[in-house]
Amino acid sequence: MSVTILYTIISLSLLGAISAVILYFVAQRFKVYEDPRIDLVEAELPAANCGGCGFAGCRNLAENLVKAETMEGLFCPVGGNAVMSKIAVILGRQAVIQDPRIAVLRCNGSCEFRPITNHYDGVASCAMVSAMYGGETGCTYGCVGCGDCTLVCSFDALHMDPVTGLPVVDDAKCTACGACVKACPKNLFELRKRWKGEKKIYVACLNEDRGPVASRNCKVACIGCSKCFKICPFEAITMHNYLAFIDSDKCRLCRKCVTECPTNSILEIGFPVKKTLSDEKAVIS
Amino acid sequence: MDQLLTVSLSPHISAGQSVKKLMFGVVLALVPAFLVSLYLFGLGALFVTIFSIATCVIFELAIQKYILKTAVRISDGSAIVTGLLLAFNLPSNLPWWMIALGAFFAIGVGKMTYGGLGNNPFNPALIGRVFLLISFPVQMTSWPVPVAARHQYLDAVTGATPLGFLKESVRNGEQIPEIMKQLPDNMQLFMGNVGGSLGEVSAIALILGFIWLLYKKIITWHIPVSMIATVFIFTGILWVIDPSLYAPPLFHILTGGVLLGAIFMATDLVTSPMTRAGMIIFASGIGIITVIIRVFGSYPEGVSFAILIMNAFVPLINKYIKPSRFGKEVKHG
Amino acid sequence: MLKTFTKGGIHPPDRKLTAHTCIQSLPLPATAIIPVSQHLGAPAIPVVAKGDYVKTGQLIAKGNGFVSSNVHASVSGNVAKIEDVTDISGYRRQAIVINVAGDDWLESIVRNEFLDREIKLTGEEILKKIADSGIVGLGGATFPTQVKISVPRGKKVDCLVINGVECEPYLTSDHRLMLEKGEEILVGVELLKRAMDVKIAHIGIENNKPDAIRLMRKLTVSHKGIEIHALKVKYPQGGEKQLIKAILNREVLSGGLPVDVGVVVFNVGTAFAVYEAVQKNKPLFERIVTITGKSVRQPANYRVRIGTPISSLIQASGGIPEDTGKIISGGPMMGKALINADVPVMKGSSGILLIPSGESARNKMQPCVRCGKCVSVCPMGLEPYLLMPLTEQKNFDRLEVEHVMDCMECGSCSYTCPADRPLLDYIRLGKSNVGKIIRSRKK
Repeated sequence: MSVTILYTIISLSLLGAISAVILYFVAQRFKVYEDPRIDLVEAELPAANCGGCGFAGCRNLAENLVKAETMEGLFCPVGGNAVMSKIAVILGRQAVIQDPRIAVLRCNGSCEFRPITNHYDGVASCAMVSAMYGGETGCTYGCVGCGDCTLVCSFDALHMDPVTGLPVVDDAKCTACGACVKACPKNLFELRKRWKGEKKIYVACLNEDRGPVASRNCKVACIGCSKCFKICPFEAITMHNYLAFIDSDKCRLCRKCVTECPTNSILEIGFPVKKTLSDEKAVIS
Repeated sequence: MDQLLTVSLSPHISAGQSVKKLMFGVVLALVPAFLVSLYLFGLGALFVTIFSIATCVIFELAIQKYILKTAVRISDGSAIVTGLLLAFNLPSNLPWWMIALGAFFAIGVGKMTYGGLGNNPFNPALIGRVFLLISFPVQMTSWPVPVAARHQYLDAVTGATPLGFLKESVRNGEQIPEIMKQLPDNMQLFMGNVGGSLGEVSAIALILGFIWLLYKKIITWHIPVSMIATVFIFTGILWVIDPSLYAPPLFHILTGGVLLGAIFMATDLVTSPMTRAGMIIFASGIGIITVIIRVFGSYPEGVSFAILIMNAFVPLINKYIKPSRFGKEVKHG
Repeated sequence: MLKTFTKGGIHPPDRKLTAHTCIQSLPLPATAIIPVSQHLGAPAIPVVAKGDYVKTGQLIAKGNGFVSSNVHASVSGNVAKIEDVTDISGYRRQAIVINVAGDDWLESIVRNEFLDREIKLTGEEILKKIADSGIVGLGGATFPTQVKISVPRGKKVDCLVINGVECEPYLTSDHRLMLEKGEEILVGVELLKRAMDVKIAHIGIENNKPDAIRLMRKLTVSHKGIEIHALKVKYPQGGEKQLIKAILNREVLSGGLPVDVGVVVFNVGTAFAVYEAVQKNKPLFERIVTITGKSVRQPANYRVRIGTPISSLIQASGGIPEDTGKIISGGPMMGKALINADVPVMKGSSGILLIPSGESARNKMQPCVRCGKCVSVCPMGLEPYLLMPLTEQKNFDRLEVEHVMDCMECGSCSYTCPADRPLLDYIRLGKSNVGKIIRSRKK
């Protein structure tokens, strides 16, 4: 082995060793103290960094959880109650139990029900269309169909249905993080109470036009007739500006409003199909 | 009328320009230079040009379709322009497999790796040319003699270019006035009857192309005029200081790739600055670096390197040289 | 050397098909749909009810607040209903619908053609009459004129600029108005001068209207204090900042208003409306509208009552051409595409343009080739190629730094782009988001 190589090995190794020692002492001297609980809390969080909690990433939520006095107002929608209970144990606090939620699109104005009145030619972005005018149909409250919501969902839970032209929420993947709620320029998404079996009852409409105008533009629009409001035994329904709203926290899924609605504006999802009278007659004969 | 109306945002009319029209305008501007190259270098010029264009287009098609799996955009004509400009930077006796390699490097590395048209920071044709120059210095610097070698391709008779001869002679210690006597005079340089790459030799053909580009509003005068003026002034200063050591400025303009570079390479839309002031700074930088390499460097020609170096500065130029805003605070009333 | 603004600008083909067509009166419609919000500012509040009989020129909605405007009946008849009607934007706004019966004008309106040059009122009285008559900027911006005349405290105005430029292709309503009512326009300018206590007014006219320039120069011989300026034909010469720069060589600062440099700009149509309001007691209820387009059978300039459905205008021009793809309210550079022809003519409707379906579709967008043409044509010195990706990335802080709020939405960038990029679409979106952020900061 030549002397050059030997000297090279020795000098570089020495350089490496001295640098390591310097780095060690500098790291110790300038160490930032961080509450070790932050790491423990962060380990429990799902690491989706979706922003659904309202903070900038999971670590930011962990920092705020450790800093705060109680768990009020701090909730990870992706992890849900399970994760929050574990964090409550780590921090020695009381967990705040929240009802699980699911995102629901309050519009059923598909191509079949809502005829188009003009052709939009331009950038395919809901924000753009909504800022420019009322949309391709006569209902200016309904879904624009360009899919801004599908782009913001970090959990692959939103996809456009090519037949209806509306986005579809994949219940299995939705974590109710709220990104779609913020993204939709028509405010069509709502985080409603989640029931077992993914059962849902909601008014799939945000149209505040008078009845005749609304139904002219969409066959399944809410015309504000108030029949559902009158029939609800739990006072879960309110009327405002020719539009009905079912409060998901008060609703008991009795389905009386669904049969009352003359325009089929209220959707029931996840229930067995009710046999109608004509079905039964068909079976008998 | 029972069709539905179309609704879109203003403006509802357009100037009718398209990327394809811009690209084909550049191709048309290069036709005079191509015709001259056919006259001077004949068979070799024809083959190199067509092969270069073909390989560039094929490589772009293949990469877009099979590797990137995006839309195939060869119809916008940019690969054709890259192929044509690459060919114009090569000697007419370059072997076909080197041309293909250069095309692959120009399109694949110089353009596609950055995301395709509009995203590349460096001029793709120059990337291809410089790659070939560094990898195959001998073949890339053996220049067929004009007219005499017309019917030959790979076996063409070669000779030195004016710049190559100048560099050699200066290195040997000869004085400029003596050297200039042995080189073609300015008229010959202007018409193009000299050795060199396919597109760079004929000043008159390139200037015709320049006029066409200006008329069609494909480029503005800022880059070519600034670059040529900078080369002229810089070499002029050197020549005035010592005419026995430095060649006259007109010689520098008419030889090598200054005119081709100024009119067609530096003005490449994608890799040049967006504002007029930025363009002048960019072109002046190219001019200065070209002269430094030619006079003080070891290469006889520096235009390709100068353009690539200044291409790297373009994002910086775009960031700090902004157009003057309407209604900016006027300091002197 | 013709004066012009120095930065940017484009040269779209003029296509002034109706430049030599005299103004005709459009027959009254069967129903007039008069929106209560035809101006910038708060919508007016109806002062009539269903069933009321109204006369032409009668006040039917009162302005609400300082920045608002009165609305008058443009026809006589009974109020059929007051309801929400779909307007140009596709959204529903309140409008007063009148079933037309005859054409019974208010007695106070002076209906003769006599050219009343005498200015009998004081500046304050003129201002009041303008405010009562519901006059707004007829160039298209529809800013209430009485608000423009009221100069804010601390600012001083030394001259007026009158916009007779009409730089948009196809539109000729201002041109015809100058040719046929030039003297009345000048009296209107004198009234505005008195209302604002200003000694001089400059009228700018683009050089593609040589007959109007000649006529106005002849007429201003007897009007000291009004100057005519022939301007180079370049779009957007009619933008008020560009106009002030061209005529007076003063630059309105970024974020500022013309009043900051001592100028107030009015359209020639507004000046004419002021003449009619002050000298003839006639409130604003009709205006000149150009109906035009390559396939239109009889393109023309009509005097139209506010509230007339646009379909009547198209009918009068020979019916809607079979190949119509778009109906534009305004010019092709800044006009709005309509959803259908049932929307009514409003105070700001300067023209209706029908575009054949072959020219209605946009070309597919291509990647930006960084040609820099958008930068060279922008009259405000912005960089549209940069503002578009910044908006896509939602980088609103950087957008504000790059002066996106200075954009006047003239459309020169999108017009010029060889890669068919929707630059202005994204810039508008960026502006609306940055505007929201700025407003929330002020709170």
